[in-house]
Amino acid sequence: MKKVLILGGGVGGTIVANVLARKVSPSEVNITLVDATGKHVYQPGFIYVAFGDEKPENLIRDERRLLDRRVDLIIDEATLIKPDDRKVRLKSGRILGYDYLVVATGARLCPEELPGFEAAHHFYDLDASVRLRRALDSFPGGRVVIGIGGIPYKCPPAPAESACQLDYYFTKRGSRHKIEIHYLSPLPRVFPLESVAPLVQEIMEKKDIQYTQLFNVERIEPEKRLVHSLEGESLKYDLLIIVPPHRGAKVIEDSGLGNRGGWIPTDKHTLRAKGYDDIHVVGDATDIPISKAGATAHYEAKVVAENIAADIKGSDTIRRYDGKVRCFCDAGFKKGITMVFDYENPPKPTKLSRKWYYAKMLVGKLYWSAVLKGWA
Amino acid sequence: MSQDVKVDRVIDARGSFCPGPLMELIKAIREAKVGEVVSVYSSDSGSKRDIPLWVEKAGHELIGVFDRNGYAEFIVRKKR
Repeated sequence: MKKVLILGGGVGGTIVANVLARKVSPSEVNITLVDATGKHVYQPGFIYVAFGDEKPENLIRDERRLLDRRVDLIIDEATLIKPDDRKVRLKSGRILGYDYLVVATGARLCPEELPGFEAAHHFYDLDASVRLRRALDSFPGGRVVIGIGGIPYKCPPAPAESACQLDYYFTKRGSRHKIEIHYLSPLPRVFPLESVAPLVQEIMEKKDIQYTQLFNVERIEPEKRLVHSLEGESLKYDLLIIVPPHRGAKVIEDSGLGNRGGWIPTDKHTLRAKGYDDIHVVGDATDIPISKAGATAHYEAKVVAENIAADIKGSDTIRRYDGKVRCFCDAGFKKGITMVFDYENPPKPTKLSRKWYYAKMLVGKLYWSAVLKGWA
Repeated sequence: MSQDVKVDRVIDARGSFCPGPLMELIKAIREAKVGEVVSVYSSDSGSKRDIPLWVEKAGHELIGVFDRNGYAEFIVRKKR
């Protein structure tokens, strides 16, 4: 009987657990998933809590109800991984052994790493999204600035998407004429994907969204309402939305498994931790230079589950992750864009369409059933 | 030419379209100490425009750009 231990019950960990439970007989494998809260949160919904009509409670489900019944769920926090002993220590003091370890511990928000962050809002967790919504509801008018406080961060297109959502929100309220929206792009274009950037720039210009390029937020000066870039520029704001700096999970840093940012050095094709054949890494926890997003973890998780299943069954066949990501962005007014790419193929230029907005909404509906089960 | 410079950190950003090699470089430079040298591998054709633009604006030093087999290598020193 092989023991598979999965750390983290987000999109990556949950899909690995569910696919593995279907692929390998319970007589051959024991699957245990450890999650600190036991609550699964649909993070792409945060933007709609902040700018749309989504209710926070709709984004949370019990992890137990999302997992195959053959998967054991332990609600506890992993605090130390000891790869040489193949053991993981939990906060409660419990020690778990493994034959295969799957690290799907996600990213950690570290706002304290950006001086002055206390003056900013964000939409990268549920409580902050609720606070941002309240701030928007009572905002009398002025300049709303959106920037990025550290790299990497989850869902690279999200800040540009949020600028469009702000335009939609204030237009619906009838107060758009009192608002200046100013987007700070860390790159010399308004969108991370080069082939899509001209379309996003056109959308922003039509919506009268101002932008500054090559502006990586370095610090905030709350008393002067100024945001400063590491390139040496400054901009005044009335309401500030900043993506907080991210790091890998504390357990990765405490176990000495991470790089300077706390991300695990990972083979981009096999998704195994470099130097450890029995440690598989999924989603944000890797150091692979691709999007930290559920859309990435979704595809990676299937590869990891299939490779562990094959190994348990004695097969030498290894499936390689090709870097595939498909995602959708909502440009407001029920229109969106889609992007598909992998390591070899950049995304093709896309068109703004209602179809992609509704596709994004459909993914949100299918998430709890088809996506997390590994069917989609 | 690159052999003359001691590279402190290599970032292999080949195959990265989102967020892309420049974002990987910005991350590495933020994490580096002043004086350290970072090398970035990129297979993204836009990097030859993006990376020099950012390095100049951010006040760092572009030591060189080298065409390798199917990718480009950018060597940058953190200056401040």
